[in-house]
Amino acid sequence: MTLDVLYFAWLRERIGQPRERIETDAATVRDLVAELAAKDEWHAAAFSDMSAVRCAVDQQLAELDTSLNEVREVAFFPPMTGG
Amino acid sequence: MSAHVQTAPFDLAAELRGFGKGAGAVVTFSGVVRDDTGQMTGLEIEHYPGMTERILNDYGQQAASRFKLTDWRILHRHGRLAVGEQIMMVATAARHRRAAFDSADYLMDWLKSRAPFWKRELSADGGGTWVDARDSDETSLKRW
Repeated sequence: MTLDVLYFAWLRERIGQPRERIETDAATVRDLVAELAAKDEWHAAAFSDMSAVRCAVDQQLAELDTSLNEVREVAFFPPMTGG
Repeated sequence: MSAHVQTAPFDLAAELRGFGKGAGAVVTFSGVVRDDTGQMTGLEIEHYPGMTERILNDYGQQAASRFKLTDWRILHRHGRLAVGEQIMMVATAARHRRAAFDSADYLMDWLKSRAPFWKRELSADGGGTWVDARDSDETSLKRW
């Protein structure tokens, strides 16, 4: 499947781009992270500490075990600091 | 009953004109850029376009149903903000004060930790430091 992957805040800086379109068979967010982290050293650095990474699947807050079935967009970002 | 995300500054009084008509209690909260270190020139706020607007509306509707609000409004800015500028506001209207106070508090807890905004503190030398999320905000959210 084709997936848009978005990055925000320091994940965007570490990876060096705000979004990328990828082809993947990842079943869950966790599988996708493993795939992305294996791409290059920048992705590896961004995903080195998953306790500092949050995610959204099709713009809904999600967990590492969230399924990617029929999903089009996944976003990774640090813990949110609104307000 | 609405949520807005914008770069432009806002006028609290103008935003509240006509808000909560007929309610017995209106509570407003606004967050302001502060400088704890004396080294900061301002904040840069990044957000997730599309998701932000939707999730703020969701939180507003959840608060409305839980606290039986007669009106609510959320406004949050993004982009570059100078020290002293207003970042955001929450307004809630209900028949009685307790619901108005509690729902504003509830919305702020959700906005702090579960709305896709990221703050970066800008310093005079042009650098920036991403603001870490606080454990106390996470603890605060668990109250609800």
